[in-house]
Amino acid sequence: MGIDKTIVAFASLIGALFTFWFFLMKKDKVIKVTEDSIDITIDGGYSPEVIEVSKGKKTKINFLRKDPSGCLEEVVLPDFNIRKFLPLNQKVTVEINPKEKGEFKFSCGMNMFHGKIIVGG
Amino acid sequence: MLNNQLTKRSFLIKGMHCASCVRILEETFKKIEGVSDANVNLATEKATVTYNPNKAGDREFSSAVASVGYEAILNQGEAIEDEEKKEKLREIRKLRNKVSLSLIIGTFLVWGSFPALIETAPLILKNFWIQLLLATPVQFWAGFEFYRATIPALKHRTANMDTLVTIGTTVAYFYSAFVTVFPQVVKNIGVEPAPYFDVATIIIGLILLGRYFEAKAKAGTSEAIKKLIGLQAKTARVLRKGKEVDIPIEQVVIGDVIRVRPGEKIPVDGEILEGDSSVDESMVTGESIPSDKTKGDTVIGSTINKTGTFVYKATKVGQETMLSQIIKLVEEAQGSKAPIQRLADLVSSYFVPIVIILAIITFALWYILGPTPSFLFAMLNTVAVLIIACPCAMGLATPTAIMVGTGRGAENGILIKDAKSLETAHKIDTVIFDKTGTLTKGKPEVTDIVSTSQVKGFGPARSVLQLAASLEKGSEHSLAEAIVKKSEEQNMKLEKVSQFKAIPGFGVRGTIERQNILLGNRKLMEKENISIKGQEDKVEALENGGKTVMILAVNKELKGLIAVADTLKETASEGVKALYKRGIEVVMITGDNQRTASAIAQKVGIKRVLSEVLPEDKEKEVRNIQKEGKTVAMVGDGINDAPALAASDVGIAIGSGTDVAIEAADITLVNKDLRSVAKAIELSKKTMRTIKLNLFWAFGYNISLIPVAMGALYPFFGILLNPIFASLAMATSSISVVLNSLLLKRTNFD
Repeated sequence: MGIDKTIVAFASLIGALFTFWFFLMKKDKVIKVTEDSIDITIDGGYSPEVIEVSKGKKTKINFLRKDPSGCLEEVVLPDFNIRKFLPLNQKVTVEINPKEKGEFKFSCGMNMFHGKIIVGG
Repeated sequence: MLNNQLTKRSFLIKGMHCASCVRILEETFKKIEGVSDANVNLATEKATVTYNPNKAGDREFSSAVASVGYEAILNQGEAIEDEEKKEKLREIRKLRNKVSLSLIIGTFLVWGSFPALIETAPLILKNFWIQLLLATPVQFWAGFEFYRATIPALKHRTANMDTLVTIGTTVAYFYSAFVTVFPQVVKNIGVEPAPYFDVATIIIGLILLGRYFEAKAKAGTSEAIKKLIGLQAKTARVLRKGKEVDIPIEQVVIGDVIRVRPGEKIPVDGEILEGDSSVDESMVTGESIPSDKTKGDTVIGSTINKTGTFVYKATKVGQETMLSQIIKLVEEAQGSKAPIQRLADLVSSYFVPIVIILAIITFALWYILGPTPSFLFAMLNTVAVLIIACPCAMGLATPTAIMVGTGRGAENGILIKDAKSLETAHKIDTVIFDKTGTLTKGKPEVTDIVSTSQVKGFGPARSVLQLAASLEKGSEHSLAEAIVKKSEEQNMKLEKVSQFKAIPGFGVRGTIERQNILLGNRKLMEKENISIKGQEDKVEALENGGKTVMILAVNKELKGLIAVADTLKETASEGVKALYKRGIEVVMITGDNQRTASAIAQKVGIKRVLSEVLPEDKEKEVRNIQKEGKTVAMVGDGINDAPALAASDVGIAIGSGTDVAIEAADITLVNKDLRSVAKAIELSKKTMRTIKLNLFWAFGYNISLIPVAMGALYPFFGILLNPIFASLAMATSSISVVLNSLLLKRTNFD
């Protein structure tokens, strides 16, 4: 095998491992909601992506979409039966009152971008 | 209302940036005549105004806010909907322009570089520099949205379809640009210098074209809810201080007296105080025949008054009205997730990174093992892999079908609580109907009164009724109502009852003038050792006629019989027939004795009957049938049968009044039509079929075409996928999923 092929093989291996690590091994940074509301900005994903709320406490989540991509135009919180259209640059509030502990995912309408609500005690 | 004069209203303000905006807005509000207080919150972007509705209102607020450069969103739901509509139109227009430019330029580039066409192309199109000039605006203007979505996503360490398109087209574009600027370098490594601007441009054009059609089609999936929101009345003619005033619907409060004239929309839910009319409720309940309304009847907001004029009292306003509850229920159902979606969810969360890894592997394999020029093969196949992958189809497969399915249900008066209920409903093979109030109208009437021996002081027939009615006065059972009503028709004076006790499933007991009176079914008499000897034939004959027989005993001695019959609902027989036609077993459950129950079941065409079931045992019976391995739907009124509804696989409640959010029910039939049970099952079956087809297509497409793009067929047949065809396949795949879901709109559920 020529030197170029060896380099391509090696670079591809590194590239594949990097892709795996970069997208699939990321650690969630959990933001604990201490007040009764939290702002989540949407721009290429959710910021913050993972929030922690208390069980039985009503929490308002204010979504603000700054990303014009059609993929993010809706937010879905399936465990709370919520699907909302998010007009660009306009806050849309959804209220949740989690009755059970656990992890509840939310996503965009096409299920490409994800976030998580951790319900603690 | 705070008092007679003042009212409070909160609404959103758009365009605020700082604390001074708050001050300006508060001062502006306070300057309006009639406003006594105003509070603006920057964090929530909300204003709360206390004002006199006779002097100020939405119009004043709106213009005052606009005069200082902001925008008041007085109806958030409507505003979001307007915004959504505007944004969609903007998006569609923008996409159309970008698609036109990309495809026109792309066509010229294909002409100038595609081997079969290149000979016929003018020289200018074959010039690499001209091609670079043409491709650049497509790559960075039309394709801007791919970059715009990819860069912030990468910051979040996430990837989606845009990421794939961005990588794919960027590779093709920059390779081509390199070839244009440094053709000699490429030649030196043994590759013929030929750019692939046509590939990058056409891919962008076709994928945007797919998005354009998808955006148009997707708008149709949420049409039902928009239609429902559009039904809401805007104003109401309210009688205040003896005058009729038109006020915005948001200002109507419970207790307001409202006048409705022929042809007008009834603004909110309420009860008629005066007048008669016929009301078309089809838009809300799906019930096609207009219903006649008179004093005391309930009217539903947003329905149309047809013939008469009436005055009614508002009993439910704002979020409590039936229409608002329906909208909320449908919205919630559309936000829920069907269990069948789990696999697609799992796959889509790993999909894009895996495709990127596969693309890298494709490049390496073709470069190392492929024929010469191996670099070109490797690059084009890598681009094809990135472009053909379509995670959107997987993401859209289930939710679009659920949205159309639940919307179709709502249009027909079938409200489905969530996607899970809709999914389970297609497996139903047994439907249990509660009898009273579900198969029957729940308004029984006394048909026969039999006196078996003289009761002191009264004529024989009247005395039996009088004692029974006196006793039943304290009961809430529907049979009791029938007996009391009959006594009222005969202007009977009822006796005072002491020690009254209801025995659920049996009857009632009490004391009148120190005599112990019992009224109930045969089981009660057996329990109390009261003989009905000599009357068995009579009881049997009445029961064979489908009547419920109540036996009256005074001091443990049989005194008479009262037979009560309930009328079957007009849609009962047809509803049962429709279920049998679909091969679904139908069961009737009732507290009536076996003979009465069988007679009624026969009338309605039901073959399996569970009779003499105490109310608290209905749930147990449902579980027993489930133990037979059946998937059971329980149909009831949602109030008395709540535990049985909750125990069944799918609880179906028949709507009553203006309450639609029946907690224990998975499906509520607001049209009160029993034929809708079969319709709901059919709707579920068709929706599930659509979802399965969508998922099969979405998965099948990706599983079969990604390997083809990688070149899996090349060693055997020499087939490779041109990236342009890959983009065409990708664009059609997500549209086909949405279009397939939209087909549900045209499906017939009868």
